[in-house]
Amino acid sequence: MSLVVATNLTKTYVSGDIEVKAIRGVDFTIKPASFVSFVGPSGSGKSTLLNMIGCLDPPTSGSLVVTGQDVTHISSKDSAKFRGDHIGFIFQDFNLIPVLTVFENIEYPLQMVQNWPAEQRRQRVEELLTAVGMEGQGNKLPSQISGGQKQRVAVARALSSKAKLILADEPTANLDRVTAFKIIDLMKKMRDEFSTSFVFSTHDPKVVENAEIVYTLEDGQFTN
Amino acid sequence: MLNIIKMAARNLRRYLRRTLLTSALITLGVVSVLLFISVSGSFKGMMVGQITDSMLGHLQIHRKGYLSSIDNLPLNMNLSGKQLGKITEILDRNEAIEAYSMRIKFGAMFSNYNETTNIRLNAIDPEQELKTVPLLGDRILDGEKEGLLNPGEILVPELIAKGMKVTIGDSIVLVATNKDGSVNGQPFTVRGILESISGPGGRDGYIRLADARTLLRMEEQEISEIAIRLTGLDQLVPVFKQLETTLSGFKNKMDKPVFEVHTWEKISPFFNIARMIDLMTFFIKIMLVAIVLVSIMNVMIMAVYERINEIGTIAAIGTSPSKILALFLTEGFLLGLLGTSIGVSISLASIAIMNITQISFDFGRQTGLILTPTIAAGDVIAVSLIVIGIAVLGSLQPAWKASHMDPIDALRHV
Repeated sequence: MSLVVATNLTKTYVSGDIEVKAIRGVDFTIKPASFVSFVGPSGSGKSTLLNMIGCLDPPTSGSLVVTGQDVTHISSKDSAKFRGDHIGFIFQDFNLIPVLTVFENIEYPLQMVQNWPAEQRRQRVEELLTAVGMEGQGNKLPSQISGGQKQRVAVARALSSKAKLILADEPTANLDRVTAFKIIDLMKKMRDEFSTSFVFSTHDPKVVENAEIVYTLEDGQFTN
Repeated sequence: MLNIIKMAARNLRRYLRRTLLTSALITLGVVSVLLFISVSGSFKGMMVGQITDSMLGHLQIHRKGYLSSIDNLPLNMNLSGKQLGKITEILDRNEAIEAYSMRIKFGAMFSNYNETTNIRLNAIDPEQELKTVPLLGDRILDGEKEGLLNPGEILVPELIAKGMKVTIGDSIVLVATNKDGSVNGQPFTVRGILESISGPGGRDGYIRLADARTLLRMEEQEISEIAIRLTGLDQLVPVFKQLETTLSGFKNKMDKPVFEVHTWEKISPFFNIARMIDLMTFFIKIMLVAIVLVSIMNVMIMAVYERINEIGTIAAIGTSPSKILALFLTEGFLLGLLGTSIGVSISLASIAIMNITQISFDFGRQTGLILTPTIAAGDVIAVSLIVIGIAVLGSLQPAWKASHMDPIDALRHV
């Protein structure tokens, strides 16, 4: 069974009198435990596509099924719960919560979104800290760790709720080359370990080289 | 919820300077209000105590219409012996009444054998009067306080004593006209000089009831007013209502009420000052609410604006709008709680210091009054709840905005 099935998906933005067709009828599927990349220049629609899969932005038309649920017309209230239960996010700027420690950042979705019991949360966070190579650093604040470490924590946070789909918007854009490769390797390792699909939007060749499936976007349409 | 409180507290610590400034503003407001309430309450309580305990009593009963004619001190509107019997029966039955004192009030000429002036007099039973207005003895500036008055003695108000140049032990003559128009004179010895206080009866002289009856050639046991002392000031309204209801049952031949009962508030002009103090307290509370509302709203609007990206992140990873709303409301609540806690602590400490240092002040002709500010737990709780409630209310709009932010717009915000 496919994790994501998009059929004739479109997204049109209206800005004043101008209509901008960001996505122009795309079809694609994403299988479980895959490593997928949406590639294209700025403004090609890759972030829009990622936002639609992540139920952050509803499609204008077409059909979108994520983890077996039709999310084409999902309400904003239901979408928050759906994201919390099924989707993990990794951001370009890491977006860790600055007042929470590394441990608490990873714990956040389990506690504030999924209400896991304390002991199970502790076990899960410690497992993930080890998995992303951040063991012993749980008590540090985001301001006390490097950019690469922050993105490791962000990967751990995205994986914490056992989501089967992780969406990463330009995850290596703010990292140096060596760190970027380490993060990509980490994500692949996590994919293998937890059978989680990683879907990126990127124009970074490093990520593209490592992606197993690449969808190239231009003016809101796939070119490959 | 615990996690929301933890996050909210850390967010406040994150912007420490702003948090401290806002809390300081709330603290200042709380301290101002609580100190004003305690000091003005102390002043009010002191003045009410002075008026009720040294002059008026808590309640007074007169014959209907007497109070509106009190400036003339009419003797033809006294309560008769038969009427007094009915009233005392009612008063004796009421357990909330600690004591009562019967008075004849009348005007006379006061002569020191060289000069003559007008004087207003209260004729009293010293024992009952001291039970009803226990601070009367303290008003004796010069002379023997014990027992208040012996037969043939007079307590002369300070201003008349000065004007007429009389001192303790001097002999004076009182000349009075009775209700039949007959004039009589009687010598008295000055027992003491009485301090004047503001309000009705504050510049009256005192003689014994029996002496007044002789002077006025009263054959019946007539009384102008009955002053009543209650077991506590909190009994004022219930006892007033009971007496008013009971006494309204006594009607004359024309089916009109015979008696009237009044609280000290109705009789003393100080009650209007007390009401002004209450009004000022109310407006100061409104100012406090405005200060808290504006400062909290300002801070929370800034907090939301500065954390738009963070709000987008937590919304994207599945935090429900209600939890985001709760997070910002909790920040406002904690800010209010912090400012209020410090404010209440400073206020209580200041009140304790004022009581230890015994600040004295003068009010009108009364000098050396000691300020003893106190504050009721109810006032502290009410002010605290108002401030914290307003702090949460002030956070509501920014919190609502944060919780309804579009995650994509929020994540794009730089």
